[in-house]
Amino acid sequence: MSTEAPVSPRTALALVPTADKRQTAKDFKSDQEVRWCPGCGDYAVLAAVQGFMPELGLAKENIVFVSGIGCSSRFPYYMNTYGMHSIHGRAPAIATGLATARRDLSVWVVTGDGDALSIGGNHLIHALRRNVNLKILLFNNRIYGLTKGQYSPTSEPGKITKSTPMGSLDTPFNPLSLALGAEASFVARTIDSDRKHLTGVLREAADHRGSALVEIYQNCNIFNDGAFEALKDKQQAQEAVIRLEHGEPIRFGAPAEDGLGGKGVVRDPATGDLKVIDVAAEGTEGVLVHDAHAPSPTTAFALSRLADPHTLHRTPIGVLRNVPRPAYDDLMADQLEQAVEQRGKGDLAALLAGGDTWTVVG
Amino acid sequence: MTTEVDQASQDNKDVRRLDRVIIRFAGDSGDGMQLTGDRFTSETASLGNDLSTLPNFPAEIRAPAGTLPGVSSFQVHFADHDILTPGDAPDVLVAMNPAALKANVPDVPRGAEIIVNTDEFTSRALTKVGYAGNPLEDGSLDGYRVHRVPLTTLTVEALKGFDLTRKEAGRSKNMFALGLLSWMYHRPTEGTETFLRRKFAKRPEIAEANITAFRAGWNFGETTEDFAVSYEVLPAATAFPAGTYRNISGNLALAYGLIAASRCADLPLYLGSYPITPASDVLHELSRHKNFGVRTFQAEDEIAGIGAALGAAFGGALGVTTTSGPGVALKSETIGLAVSLELPLLIIDIQRGGPSTGLPTKTEQADLLQAMYGRNGEAPVPIVAPSTPAECFTAALDAARIALTYRTPVFLLSDGYLANGSEPWRIPDADELPDLRVQFATGANHTLDDGTEVFWPYKRDSATLARPWAVPGTPGLEHRIGGIEKQDGTGNISYDPANHDHMVRTRQAKTDGIAVPDVVVDDPSGAPGEGAKVLVLGWGSTYGPITAAVRRIRRAGGHIAQTHVRSLNPFPANLGDVLRAYDRVVLPEMNLGQLATLLRAKYLVDVRSITQVTGLPFKAEQLASAFKEALDDVH
Repeated sequence: MSTEAPVSPRTALALVPTADKRQTAKDFKSDQEVRWCPGCGDYAVLAAVQGFMPELGLAKENIVFVSGIGCSSRFPYYMNTYGMHSIHGRAPAIATGLATARRDLSVWVVTGDGDALSIGGNHLIHALRRNVNLKILLFNNRIYGLTKGQYSPTSEPGKITKSTPMGSLDTPFNPLSLALGAEASFVARTIDSDRKHLTGVLREAADHRGSALVEIYQNCNIFNDGAFEALKDKQQAQEAVIRLEHGEPIRFGAPAEDGLGGKGVVRDPATGDLKVIDVAAEGTEGVLVHDAHAPSPTTAFALSRLADPHTLHRTPIGVLRNVPRPAYDDLMADQLEQAVEQRGKGDLAALLAGGDTWTVVG
Repeated sequence: MTTEVDQASQDNKDVRRLDRVIIRFAGDSGDGMQLTGDRFTSETASLGNDLSTLPNFPAEIRAPAGTLPGVSSFQVHFADHDILTPGDAPDVLVAMNPAALKANVPDVPRGAEIIVNTDEFTSRALTKVGYAGNPLEDGSLDGYRVHRVPLTTLTVEALKGFDLTRKEAGRSKNMFALGLLSWMYHRPTEGTETFLRRKFAKRPEIAEANITAFRAGWNFGETTEDFAVSYEVLPAATAFPAGTYRNISGNLALAYGLIAASRCADLPLYLGSYPITPASDVLHELSRHKNFGVRTFQAEDEIAGIGAALGAAFGGALGVTTTSGPGVALKSETIGLAVSLELPLLIIDIQRGGPSTGLPTKTEQADLLQAMYGRNGEAPVPIVAPSTPAECFTAALDAARIALTYRTPVFLLSDGYLANGSEPWRIPDADELPDLRVQFATGANHTLDDGTEVFWPYKRDSATLARPWAVPGTPGLEHRIGGIEKQDGTGNISYDPANHDHMVRTRQAKTDGIAVPDVVVDDPSGAPGEGAKVLVLGWGSTYGPITAAVRRIRRAGGHIAQTHVRSLNPFPANLGDVLRAYDRVVLPEMNLGQLATLLRAKYLVDVRSITQVTGLPFKAEQLASAFKEALDDVH
């Protein structure tokens, strides 16, 4: 079974066998009928993933999608790869076992805001801190869809739902802040309807060795329709979306004279926090240049806090953080190799005999 | 210490030969009693005695010093013949302080020897445990042979050449006591000295101090007049089949069994686990053997532990999770998923007292119904239960065989008594071990009506009803599995009523059809129906005390049949006939009658329970009188 390369290269997919022929999106479509509600944002993500997979050029039998429970967790059924639709919240734990046992696999986790952040919150943060080689796609629609419309751990406070007729009381999680606090080495956000951006983020995530958390804003047109309208509507999006590109100044809004966004993100010297300035009034000096590779997660965390949870204005999208850190799978495999180097391959008879023995002659 | 076979003279001291001895070391949980007991046991094992041990310690790591809840003890029973239990009552009690004396003296019969550390019998220490007077002086220990030894003072004196404070030197008093007992029972000492040098390799002065204390204890026994007699217990040479033996605890045997199973199956071992008493030692042990390709994953919780093991199993590993009762409760949903996915998985439950946190360091057999039924839906899981510490090795192999052959999660129910107790084990030859290799699916297994060759992940083997194990990385067999009901054959999601009915019955039939050996009845007076009228049946760690009690009944001329069930799901095929062949069936269990409930339901036999939930194993004497009552009843 496991055909591990003798060396341990640290590039993301170096241990995964490549496809012997050109692939198309069709190769990744299973024979199962897709059963999400018509108009669901999940369709767009599925199409984007199926369209993107051929780019990786991996043997598709070495790709595995693992999911938990929820609408998004039906995803593996529609991918013509290996897949497991597991139980609520546990996909990161199950995928951890698979990825650490089989480094020759490309393992993807598909989860939702309830699955990953509510019932499965513990597994998510621990997978991230360990840096298991998993690509975690967190479909965030800010609502419980499969159970028909209760508020989720990312719903805005005061949300009126079936279970909160007088408004929800909970302060929501910010998934990116949470991931950064959990020592994630790769953290990104994208939007279901922006296929180009989504694909770009997936590509970068796939190249990252270790855990990659990709939050995908995904519209639930039945129970939370228009939740991300501010980010999708052309007029509003200009002011609402901050597109992060590594090495580029953090600018957004209606263009200034230099053609870049009229607003810029700077560090407030008084507080150390980030703030948004009007470039025309205050100039471009001091506008932060996005550094996704910064060893400290501090700025990435501050960026993740810019968005207003109610209006979603000033929502950063793109890769907030992408830093190299040894993957748990590799460290585990290294210890096994090291043990063999130090003590030789395990000798069962010697193990069973142990130290203190005595002999009974028949 | 029942029989004085021989009396010899060695120098100025008597040497008496005994056929068996029970020693209990008791002290504060910080006094190192478990280590002392372990070392005495190793010395005893290397001498070739049969032995059985019972460690008994509090859940607190360091309960308040000198208190009754802080008492930790270790009982070892050794003999020149085969024995089955750690013994009912100690012949020798070593009490390191008043708390240890008070907590243990009720178990010690009059006439037995008690060695006390007089240094600890201060008025403050006595008051702390509620002694109004000093039991060493008020006559309350009359009838015992009491040895008053200032263990701490003697140890400190012996170590005065070392650069140690009085407090530091005093810590070696357990080794002084071990030295003294080693002299009393003619135990070899090299093993302990080697052990101490290895344990304190980085602090040689501590190693030497402990060895000095150990030797001082030995010399004290040899010179002081208080100890006029020493004893020898000959090797139990005739009690064992020929072979090479070692002493082994249940948890160690289990860990070795898992490594052996991985070798026999030619599959990498993957342990996903979360620390929990009394199962953690299996995690510790397996973590030491990475050169066997063993991956151990200490997960964030019990659920992740089994999740990772199941994920690894999907990838083609021998997946294992180790836990105790509370952990099983958390893993239940994932066990149900494994039932639905039909993947091999071992769930090792080292049972302890429950419910809830219960008695973490004490033994119980009360997880049987949890293992049998503790899941939503109809979710049958095979159950294997070893009966002695050494048998944990073969139980692990057997559980792996079932899991791999039938593609199913399997429970292995051990308990705290088996886990920490130890006994001699005949080391098996590697070529005696079973072949557990499996065939992964490699290609299409079904032809559609139009002639297309396809792979169906739930197309079953007609004999075992097992589905194919197609691991990721196998070209052409890409498939999706999940916890939603699947259509038999294709594995596609199916909500069809008839299919669900079929799948529920098929999973049950697969479990029911697992091949397990028949139960064997031991009855010197005749075959079932022709000999004894009373059958005693047991499962798990009650084997030792049941068998010891059965021997007592037979020695007294009684006829009683005995059988022990090692497969609790499915039951052995002949079990119903065996039960029905007796006028009376009695079943001792460390719960309120869980197996009895299952047997009554399945076989409609009036099984009578003998139950105990004290956190301690049954005593042979107690079972013998219960069996005697049953015999009297049917006559």
